[in-house]
Amino acid sequence: MKKIHIVLLVLISGAIAYLISSFKFASSTYDSIAEAKANPGKFVHIAVRLDTLAPVVYDPIKDANFLSFQAMGVDSADQKMQVIYRKGEIPNLMISERLVLKGKYENGHFECKDVQTKCPSKYKDDMKAAEKNVQKTTEQSEPAKTL
Amino acid sequence: MDYIGEHRLPGQLGHFFIVLSLIASLVATVSYFLSARSKDEIDAGYWKKLARYAFITEAVSVFAVFGILFYIVHNHLFEYKYAWQHSSRSLEFKYILASLWEGQEGSFLLWSIWHCVLGLILIKTSKKWEAPVMSVVSFVQVFLATMIAGLYVFGEKIGTNPFILLRDSGVLDNAPALHANMDVTQPLLPDYLSAIKDGNGLNKLLQNYWMVIHPPVLFMGFASTIIPFAFTIAGLWKKQFGEWTKPALPWALFSAAVFGVGIMMGAKWAYESLTFGGYWAWDPVENASLVPWMVMVAGIHTLLIYKHSGHSLRATHLFFIISFALVLYSTFLTRSGILGETSVHAFTDLGMNVQLYLFLFAFLWLPAIAASKKFNGLMITLGTCIGLLVTTYVCDRTGFDLFNRPLAPILALITLLTGIGFAVYHIQTQVPSIKKEESGSSREFWMFIGALVFFLSAVVIIAQTSVPVYNEIFNMKKGAPEDSEYSYNRIQVFVAIIIGVLTAVTQYLKYKGTSTTYFLKKIWVPTLIAVVVATLILAFGKVNYEKKSVGFMAAIWVAVASSVYAIIANAAYIWLGLKGKLKLSGGSIAHLGFGMVLLGILITSSKKEVLSNNNSGIFVPLGGKEDPKENLTMLEGVKMDMGRYYITYLKDSFEARTEKTFFNIHFERKDGKENFLLRPYSYITEEGQQPNPDARHYWDHDVFTYITSTPKPDAIKDTATFKTNLLKPGDSLFYSKGLMIFQDVDTVNGLPDHIAAILGPEGKLYRASVKVFSKTGSIFTITPNLALAKTDMIAVPDTLTQEGLILQLRTVNPDKSVELAVKETDAVLKFVTLKAYKFPFIGLLWLGVIVTALGIIISMVRRIQLNRGKNKE
Repeated sequence: MKKIHIVLLVLISGAIAYLISSFKFASSTYDSIAEAKANPGKFVHIAVRLDTLAPVVYDPIKDANFLSFQAMGVDSADQKMQVIYRKGEIPNLMISERLVLKGKYENGHFECKDVQTKCPSKYKDDMKAAEKNVQKTTEQSEPAKTL
Repeated sequence: MDYIGEHRLPGQLGHFFIVLSLIASLVATVSYFLSARSKDEIDAGYWKKLARYAFITEAVSVFAVFGILFYIVHNHLFEYKYAWQHSSRSLEFKYILASLWEGQEGSFLLWSIWHCVLGLILIKTSKKWEAPVMSVVSFVQVFLATMIAGLYVFGEKIGTNPFILLRDSGVLDNAPALHANMDVTQPLLPDYLSAIKDGNGLNKLLQNYWMVIHPPVLFMGFASTIIPFAFTIAGLWKKQFGEWTKPALPWALFSAAVFGVGIMMGAKWAYESLTFGGYWAWDPVENASLVPWMVMVAGIHTLLIYKHSGHSLRATHLFFIISFALVLYSTFLTRSGILGETSVHAFTDLGMNVQLYLFLFAFLWLPAIAASKKFNGLMITLGTCIGLLVTTYVCDRTGFDLFNRPLAPILALITLLTGIGFAVYHIQTQVPSIKKEESGSSREFWMFIGALVFFLSAVVIIAQTSVPVYNEIFNMKKGAPEDSEYSYNRIQVFVAIIIGVLTAVTQYLKYKGTSTTYFLKKIWVPTLIAVVVATLILAFGKVNYEKKSVGFMAAIWVAVASSVYAIIANAAYIWLGLKGKLKLSGGSIAHLGFGMVLLGILITSSKKEVLSNNNSGIFVPLGGKEDPKENLTMLEGVKMDMGRYYITYLKDSFEARTEKTFFNIHFERKDGKENFLLRPYSYITEEGQQPNPDARHYWDHDVFTYITSTPKPDAIKDTATFKTNLLKPGDSLFYSKGLMIFQDVDTVNGLPDHIAAILGPEGKLYRASVKVFSKTGSIFTITPNLALAKTDMIAVPDTLTQEGLILQLRTVNPDKSVELAVKETDAVLKFVTLKAYKFPFIGLLWLGVIVTALGIIISMVRRIQLNRGKNKE
């Protein structure tokens, strides 16, 4: 066997072993609110919506890092949980159609480490948002036309 | 039906040119193919001539399409969806260009344009390789043309046409005001266009000069990977296995330089404006463009090995094929919508997944088909390829399940992998290789190890990035690990160690074998210097990364040492090995730059420091002890304590033209040695704010800050009321946070003319002065005014923002006693919340990128000169 083959074998098996270990142990899963509640302390990704009826607690003058809000399931509005996020305000939280929360459910709330917001304004190709926009501009221009 | 104000001609012309480009690229592909196949020289010449005309026609058409699209967007022809969707009237000229490639169609077009430019250069320069190489380039162009074709074939839509009219796109279907009788089922009004006053505009986040220059450079990088790939295919096809490497080398170098710069421009953009809190986040989109570049670089190294020793030709074939395949894979990842929730970049499903898959399919099988020997071999390859595709299609249509899982996605993957498998088989059996083993002391041996490590590192990155694809194929729901960045860093830090040492040492080895004495004689000086410098950096540089395990920190230390070694050894080699001849030292310069990039990455990420720790002492943080407290709230005018600095939020200002709200943040070093102003800005809309950072650059670090929160105008309701007090001069009054003393009241003389004119000849302006002693020890003077104009009395209150205090002068009596109304409220509080970081040695990273690119370009120029010299002989 050539030297290069030995190196090849070692490196490739190292890479494969690393990949397998990282998928088996380190990765997390996309779950629902119910699943997160059933497995407290497990790191999960959850796609949720903001419950706009419950208050969003963020008072930068008291604590610029503490944010808390109520989340509900994307398809199931009856599944709810309180979320605490300790990295400050989430931009576009109020208008995002969907949030992907990353964190753990513990002590009766979801301790969120990271958030991704999915906003209609980000989706430039989203025709629903665009339609709304057209309706808005045309509504605005209507009175001017009648004058 | 005719609609008023529509300009139909540009769209019709544009679509004509799209179709023309599609047909012309088909003709070019077929004629180049026939020319390359033809054994008769006259015949081949005839086909080549036709092919050239076709390709030039194609290039002109693509430029025309781009020009027309630009015309539409620039003239705000909102009857076209593309202009309406991506631009608006207020957009600055440079962002008109940016809005062109913001859309998917525009970015395909950009890619296609670069292929045209590169193709035209190839026609001029590649001589006998022109026909086979250009048949591959033209074939890619066929696929890119279909992406924007917007044609219907057998009821299936192929591509999305950028020239579609707004009224045909469905956007207007639910806008009653634009339809007859306000009924959406009725036809559109003939003058509907007059109601569409403005377009959607370009996303504020993208209104940045990087959006103007980053995409063209990156797409040139993407486009340039086709050329080494096309040469590889040409070599396999014409069975001239090693020969193509000579003309391909400068192109591969070109690709590595442009592509690398394009990627790092994206990193610079992210650092400067997108507030991801850094320049690299291992985001799928970043990874997808990094990985083909890495494989391209691996291919360059194996190609050089082949040139000097005859080894590694098979690996070179494989690397160039895989590099281009990864470009297509990255296109698939970013445009199929499969990344969905995993990326900060928002992408939408174009509804062209089948088309994107076929693109990938065609070029993963092309190497195998081109390399097939004789008729039988070709039939076996083609048969397997088409068989697998048809089976996948049938499974998809019938929804065939195996073990309750849809089989079609798994088959789709198998189809692609089998293509690569066939290519590997053909390369293994046909491409010659040297049986004799490389010597352990030879340059080629260690270069190959380096290339291999780089390649495997790329494989690991793309495998980790592809999790959403596995989810789709195997019906899983795996997410990214808890600390996604660390899952990449903890393995890549070892790659950095190996690559750092190899780039340092390998230059000092000779091809075929090196004598130990020569090697030691040359290398001991740079090694010694590197050891000393690395020790100094580690001893005094405080490279302490304690967030993870001790082992990881040790790995970072070793990596820092090895990248220092790479820098010093390569700098030294320019003199020790090459005697200072810069023309020859492209490789050393590139490796030197790469060492700087590595060191810059290691230091910036391990020593990135949060400055805005919330330690103001005024407000008690609520979180637990390990939580990050990276946001600091500042009241207007109040000096805050922030690490090495006192910072003050001075004021904000709104720039109407650009809709930016600037925040002036004053930084003052506590040792008094320095003062400066940073002006991060935000786009504040009713939907929230989008921040853009500002940074102060030093030779060894950056101070970087951006706004994370601003007050919401309607969020704080002002419910407090004024309380009136009768005061004589000298009287004092308590409020919740201190005491105020009414000092005096007087009329103001010498008013400016315009105010005097308002007040009239009888008018007077009273000004009271009130001294406020706050509990915090600060003393302020505030001056509410009262204007008397004829019969009107106008109170002009004065506010003390820091104390939340509003004073209003109600009446002034002849004995100088006054009625002073006092209101205490939080609503007057003006504040911002910000984050501030210190990025050490970020400049080293950017400098390293420039040096690397320069080094590669020097090599490229030299290779071109060498090739020309050979041809003359």
